[in-house]
Amino acid sequence: MPGGSELVTQARHGTTVVALRFADGVVMAGDRRATEGHVIAHRAMEKVFPADHHSAVAIAGAAGFAVEMVRLFQTQLEHYEKVEGVTLSLEGKANQLAQMVRQHLPLAMQGLPVVPLFAGYDVTRAMGRIFTYDVTGGHYEEADFQATGSGGRDARTTIKLGFREGLPRGEAVELAIEALYEAADEDSGTGGPDLVRGIYPTIAVVTADGYQELPEAEVAERFSTLIERKRAEREPVGGLTSGGEPG
Amino acid sequence: MTMPFYVAPEQVMKDRAEYAQKGIARGRSLVATVYAEGVLIVAENPSRSLHKISEIYDRIAFAGVGKYNEYDQLRVAGVRHADTKGYAFSREDVDARSLANLYAQFLGNVFTHEMKPLEVEILVAELGSGGRPDQLYHIAYEGTITDEDRFTVLGGDAESIAERVGAGWSGERDRNEAIRETVRALAGPDRKLGPGDLEVAVLSRENGRRAFRRITNGELQSVLEGTAGPAGGGGGATSRRSGSAPARGASGRDASGSGSSRG
Repeated sequence: MPGGSELVTQARHGTTVVALRFADGVVMAGDRRATEGHVIAHRAMEKVFPADHHSAVAIAGAAGFAVEMVRLFQTQLEHYEKVEGVTLSLEGKANQLAQMVRQHLPLAMQGLPVVPLFAGYDVTRAMGRIFTYDVTGGHYEEADFQATGSGGRDARTTIKLGFREGLPRGEAVELAIEALYEAADEDSGTGGPDLVRGIYPTIAVVTADGYQELPEAEVAERFSTLIERKRAEREPVGGLTSGGEPG
Repeated sequence: MTMPFYVAPEQVMKDRAEYAQKGIARGRSLVATVYAEGVLIVAENPSRSLHKISEIYDRIAFAGVGKYNEYDQLRVAGVRHADTKGYAFSREDVDARSLANLYAQFLGNVFTHEMKPLEVEILVAELGSGGRPDQLYHIAYEGTITDEDRFTVLGGDAESIAERVGAGWSGERDRNEAIRETVRALAGPDRKLGPGDLEVAVLSRENGRRAFRRITNGELQSVLEGTAGPAGGGGGATSRRSGSAPARGASGRDASGSGSSRG
């Protein structure tokens, strides 16, 4: 049996998940890597889930607890909807999730935190909204975008540079993909696109029409476009011409 | 000291049954029938918010006639049972047969042990999957359970309605045809029922993970008038993973033609 601290390093950690608002709702994206200490535990883990028809939840932290929390959250939202005949408001859902994170606090203090990111389409306000959480169950509404997990900082910086109010869907998805790429570039706990095995980050869009995950083929294509661009950026400007100083 | 009068058990049961039957007969009836893509449930219900038909789980629907507060209590207990079971084990492990048995036991217990039997008749409908056929469980006020694989009628005027439903019945009808014929059978020869008098819902194989969908005002009107095109579903969202993973299918509430998530 591993001791306490050993257990903590062996629990699955790492992650980058991002959410950003755009013209019709929100985009949510997450990488697929799970790590146990310095070892990659799983290459194709899902971290972005539909919470219900109009909201999505992404997870960072101890994977076992986080996945279980999502399952319970999904069950609770569906249960409420069936018993009451109406869905909870988006804020109601965010509060419900906060209570679950707060209940997890004792384990978080032992080094096994769960920090979700919640986003959805608010049907009454007709706009996308994003909520972030801390380990104590505090939840805060974000104005435009947020990213959590070990690579969250790098992802956030990337989105910050490219964000505009009312981005069209395509550009918002592109920005989320670039943010995950940059996070994977800097953070060992975040997986990039796995071209060999064909494993790509999960990208979901929540609009008035509901939760929709982007098909893997589209994500793959967008990543290859990004990689082409990155390659092109490494070429010297104008190419190497004879006699000219490298620019 | 007063001695209670002796009443024969046969008489007690007869009185209770009569009492329950009277209560149920006062209410309006409900028909559930199998059609090409699933199960259709049509109820006579002028209320838009107090439902007789509702969703229990991914492929299970509930319907009740009689006293609203009594069958609504049963409905909520069923949703709780199904959600708890699906969370504790797997979504696949939730089935209508076990739920119908629970209902039957509960109704039977109340009928024999309580002062007043429940004045309800309920239906648990399940959409078939993996080779299993669609199943309708009809549970009476005293706990008698019958399973049907074609159609069943609940409520007061059940016999004559069942005769009319059975006369033109076919499992190959499409949704709109099934709705029109069932509504005609429910109304009988002397009446005409419009969208305002009806509550209609389906469990359809075209709706993705959550098969239950209500057919309401505008859509129902065009179906009844025969102006609606072929019935469409939400889209083929299926579960990509199973086991202990969180559900990934679409919520299955989308209207015809609108996008649904990749499963």
